Amino acid sequence: MRIIKLKKDNFFSFLEIISKEADLWAPIKKGDKYVFKIVDDFAQIEMNTTRTIIPPRKIFLSPYFSMFSVSDKGYKEDFSHIAKNILFGIHPCDIHGVLTLDNFFNQAYLDPYYLEARKNTLILGLSCWPDEYCFARSTNTHIIEEGFDLFFTDLKDFFMVWIGSSQGDDLIRLKPEIFDESLTDKDIQTFIKWQTERNKAYTLNINFTALPDLVELKYKDPLWEKLGDACLACGSCTNVCPTCNCYNIMDKQFLGGKDGKIIRHWDSCTFEEYSEVAGGENFRENRSDRLKLWYTHKLQAYVSKYGKPSCVGCGRCIATCPVDINAKTVGKSLLGEEVEAFWARFNKEVTK
Amino acid sequence: MNRENKNVTQANPFVPETARIVRMYHLTEDVKFFQVRIVDMEKALSFKYRPGQFAMISVLGAGEAPFSISSTPSRPGLLEFCIRKVGTVTNALFRMKENDLIGFRGPYGNGFPIEKMIHKDIIIVMGGLGVAPLRSVLLYCLDNRDHFRKVIMLHGAKRPAEMIFCDEFFALKERKDLECYLAVDADDTGAWTENIGVVTTLFPFLKDIDSVNTYGVVCGPPVMYKFVIKEFLNLNIPKDQILMTLERRMKCGVGKCGHCAIDYIYTCLDGPVFTYWDVIHMRELI
Repeated sequence: MRIIKLKKDNFFSFLEIISKEADLWAPIKKGDKYVFKIVDDFAQIEMNTTRTIIPPRKIFLSPYFSMFSVSDKGYKEDFSHIAKNILFGIHPCDIHGVLTLDNFFNQAYLDPYYLEARKNTLILGLSCWPDEYCFARSTNTHIIEEGFDLFFTDLKDFFMVWIGSSQGDDLIRLKPEIFDESLTDKDIQTFIKWQTERNKAYTLNINFTALPDLVELKYKDPLWEKLGDACLACGSCTNVCPTCNCYNIMDKQFLGGKDGKIIRHWDSCTFEEYSEVAGGENFRENRSDRLKLWYTHKLQAYVSKYGKPSCVGCGRCIATCPVDINAKTVGKSLLGEEVEAFWARFNKEVTK
Repeated sequence: MNRENKNVTQANPFVPETARIVRMYHLTEDVKFFQVRIVDMEKALSFKYRPGQFAMISVLGAGEAPFSISSTPSRPGLLEFCIRKVGTVTNALFRMKENDLIGFRGPYGNGFPIEKMIHKDIIIVMGGLGVAPLRSVLLYCLDNRDHFRKVIMLHGAKRPAEMIFCDEFFALKERKDLECYLAVDADDTGAWTENIGVVTTLFPFLKDIDSVNTYGVVCGPPVMYKFVIKEFLNLNIPKDQILMTLERRMKCGVGKCGHCAIDYIYTCLDGPVFTYWDVIHMRELI
């Protein structure tokens, strides 16, 4: 893969020129957290972000959109929610999340809505520095070798830029004179030093290789009941997970009865009615069963099907779950490791 | 588990065909029989499916839901469904009249492994609305009677008035090439001539079962599976020759929406037909 160099002074002029081609999404600050938003003012862009609240999938897997508009003439496919997007500032773990979704939506029946939106999205990755919630090194998603059009590694004075696709190369060619084709030995040394230090910076480690078997062995463990007791079934974890794909479909009929829309929106397997069928039979009535489904799916089932977990170690569930049920608590508890914070709170608030 | 449906399609899999309700009548108080034809003549005649597959039926404004196909592919052209009035979509379907149009897409799911069942004995056990998917396999066996050895059907309903396809099954009792046993949990009419008791009380009627060469097929309310499977196992039918078809919530039918997921499989792609062997190593199935 070709690697070139971009001086920081030239960065805004690069954004200037590419933002004319499509909507430029980038992480900006919201309160003390970060979100992806379309930016006009490049000074707003946060370069040293941790995870955003909602993963980048919201951009090409819209939380709520119309699949069809229906009239007496029949069904008309509705792709109006899909725009041309350039997504800047997406971290390696999130790109792995996108690749997981790509893989899923390309199986058997192809999902035209996802694929069309994905085709219209360019991914400009950005290097990151882990905080105490990141465990991407454990899931082996802390580095990325595919799935992006350009990837920017921030080395203080300059960016090293990986060109991952022909479209990425086209972006470079919009203003080739600001890029530097040759990297000096000193640049390369800087990169190696940065990479070594970054690898060391991951403080949270979870032994993911053991988890598929442990999920199987501890399928009837009382742990799940306890987690179920603490769970609020609020769906936050599924909303912030970069690999969650579940959705619901509903009809929206306009007054008069003849016209309408078919709406597709995000759903969550932690909701009570998720597995309920007409007539009232509910195959996962207990919160613990639904939690178990989610974690079995992420930590075990995806491994048996595709050889890797569908958890990318972004730490969003850790940052989001109001009662601390997350990949860390569940993973470590299965491994028999101590998760003090969760159990201290559990004993104080849940078991009264 | 046999995932038969491997067709990768480029077309939008969510677009329904328009289909016409050509005939519709009550089977019981809350179950109606629907005969449906895809409006496009060519598609209607070339529509291929397997017994045990299902389709997504939609009524604009009410939504879309999965329904087992109750007709057999050996009688092409018309598709049949038996539908109980339980939810939003079925309520809307019940309000429709003959000649009304509905949305239809499918067929989905793996269906029964018919090519493996050929030249074997078949025992079909149905409880209540479990006839919906199994009528397809039953009629398929009868239409291709030479391809199968013994065909045995056991059917149980709560009360005589709730027996779906009652007339059809009583007519089948007259056939010499089919063993047909019927039961009701309780007889409130006093006129019931057949067995009284749950469907498993019919198993003592089964004689001389060549278990290695027998396929047991079951569908019914969730509580029924456990007991029927026990009877099949008592007959020494191999675990991977005990077939069942399962119900799950489904929103897409094409393995994307996630609602029917069990472990790493999707009921709509890898099911709804599973063997007892699948059940043993995949929890949550029944």
